[in-house]
Amino acid sequence: MKTLFQTFRLKQLRYRHDPFSLAIWLLVTLATLATVAILLLLVGYILVKGVPNIHLSLFALEYNSENVSLLPALINTLMVILLTLTIAGPLGVFSALYLSEYANRSNRFVGWIRLATETLAGIPSIIYGLFGMLFFVTFLHWGYSLLAGSCTLAIMVLPLMMRTTEEALHSVPDAYREGSYALGAGRLRTIFTIVLPAAMPGILAGVILSIGRIVGESAALIYTAGTASQIATGLFSSGRTLSVHMYNISNEGLYISQTYATAVVLLLLVALINWISNFAAGKLTKGS
Amino acid sequence: MRRKEQFASYLFLLTACISIAAVILICLFLFANGIPAMREIGLFNFLSGRVWRPSNDLYGILPMILGSIYVTAGALLLGVPLGILTAVYLANFCSRELHRFLKPLIELLAGIPSVVYGFFGLVVLVPFVRQTFGGSGNSILTASLLLGIMILPTIIGISEAALRAVPSSYYEGSLALGASHERSVIFAILPAAKSGILTGVVLGVGRAIGETMAVMMVAGNQTRMPDGILKGIRTLTSNIAIEMGYAADLHREALIATAVVLFVFILIINVSFSLLKRRSV
Repeated sequence: MKTLFQTFRLKQLRYRHDPFSLAIWLLVTLATLATVAILLLLVGYILVKGVPNIHLSLFALEYNSENVSLLPALINTLMVILLTLTIAGPLGVFSALYLSEYANRSNRFVGWIRLATETLAGIPSIIYGLFGMLFFVTFLHWGYSLLAGSCTLAIMVLPLMMRTTEEALHSVPDAYREGSYALGAGRLRTIFTIVLPAAMPGILAGVILSIGRIVGESAALIYTAGTASQIATGLFSSGRTLSVHMYNISNEGLYISQTYATAVVLLLLVALINWISNFAAGKLTKGS
Repeated sequence: MRRKEQFASYLFLLTACISIAAVILICLFLFANGIPAMREIGLFNFLSGRVWRPSNDLYGILPMILGSIYVTAGALLLGVPLGILTAVYLANFCSRELHRFLKPLIELLAGIPSVVYGFFGLVVLVPFVRQTFGGSGNSILTASLLLGIMILPTIIGISEAALRAVPSSYYEGSLALGASHERSVIFAILPAAKSGILTGVVLGVGRAIGETMAVMMVAGNQTRMPDGILKGIRTLTSNIAIEMGYAADLHREALIATAVVLFVFILIINVSFSLLKRRSV
């Protein structure tokens, strides 16, 4: 704060005859301060209200209206993450492999795929939820289930997985591939033993981003994975993730203190995911 | 060996088709379920009807269309200037150390789940609006404020990247002509990054119009024509999320038709987005 004020005095002196420049400097600085203030207010408010409300009973294995435990929802979240990545991971990586290693650029088909992924990336989550309900839940008769929710989310994170993987594949130098071919390896072998390992950090970054989206998602899950409050017992059993859980207890309005605590856990989860992703990105730039 | 190669190439091609298949499936299921309702209600009655009362078989979504537009416009009013100015600061004003501190904060803002935003709006913004401006607090204004905050990271991230992509010769040329650092940034760099910044704004519009949970928690959700920014409103997205749980028959199909309208909105935004991107390349 003090240095900010000193910079301001310095600028004031330098721009004695140029108030416009001073005004611009003030404007952008104040805007940034406002953005940071909003974030600190949001995070600070939830931490201050939520941390004192974190009790051991929130982590009971079974949910009931006494303890409003978030552990079942947390476990459901982990299951949904695993399931979604199992579906979307291979699909995303293979599609990206096709786009960057197999298809030639002039292929009209590639244009269609890109158009499709761009469209998918822009669709709001409630429409995914509605589609999941119409297709997986009703049409395929899966009912409200982890599988229906995960399949819906898999389509949702597919564009993200494809894009990050493709970028990672592009950043692998061609010399790697040529070297491998020169040693007599086939295309497939080159991809799985040379290209993919080299692109791994980038692919991992995509996976982590996807996890972030899955953790934060609620609108697409309410009508696909349902809102059952206990630990899901199988693929076809309904179970709510942490975000949906938080929405439900906030909506019921009876458990405000527990909602604050749940928000803290969600925030910590997101912060952790962001930290890991930055860490991976750091590793990535160091590697190249 | 050759057979394995061939098999793999077909497998990759097949998986690449899945995104196309997904888009087709989504369109198919939405339109097949939504269009009949539109026909039964009458497209004109549906789009321009001012009353949504499923119990009386009245399905007009004009209030929700306007609600979505008002809330999005309000969000842009707050989010765009704040976002662009912050991006300018991050790209051209702050030191490297400060940037290393600020960037993760903005990324955290992007990662916070919309439920948490909604809850924050519920316990902080709603009482704040109620006490300062009157009304119930669940209003267009509250939803706009909240959405404005939520689209900040999108706009900041993309604008900053666009500003950084401007060749430094623009800036240096302006400095050499005697302009101050601030003037060079505003008059040389910012105009050159125009199309990239616009892309960020368009993406922000997409995020604001598609947001469901956070808006639902603070907007009041009354199905009436908007009258005044301190009154409640329901958006297209919340209409679907609120009523889908118990809707049946024509009501249910009318909700899916609501999604079709939303989908068309998003497609328009997407098309303008890709047009912008093509122009900027």
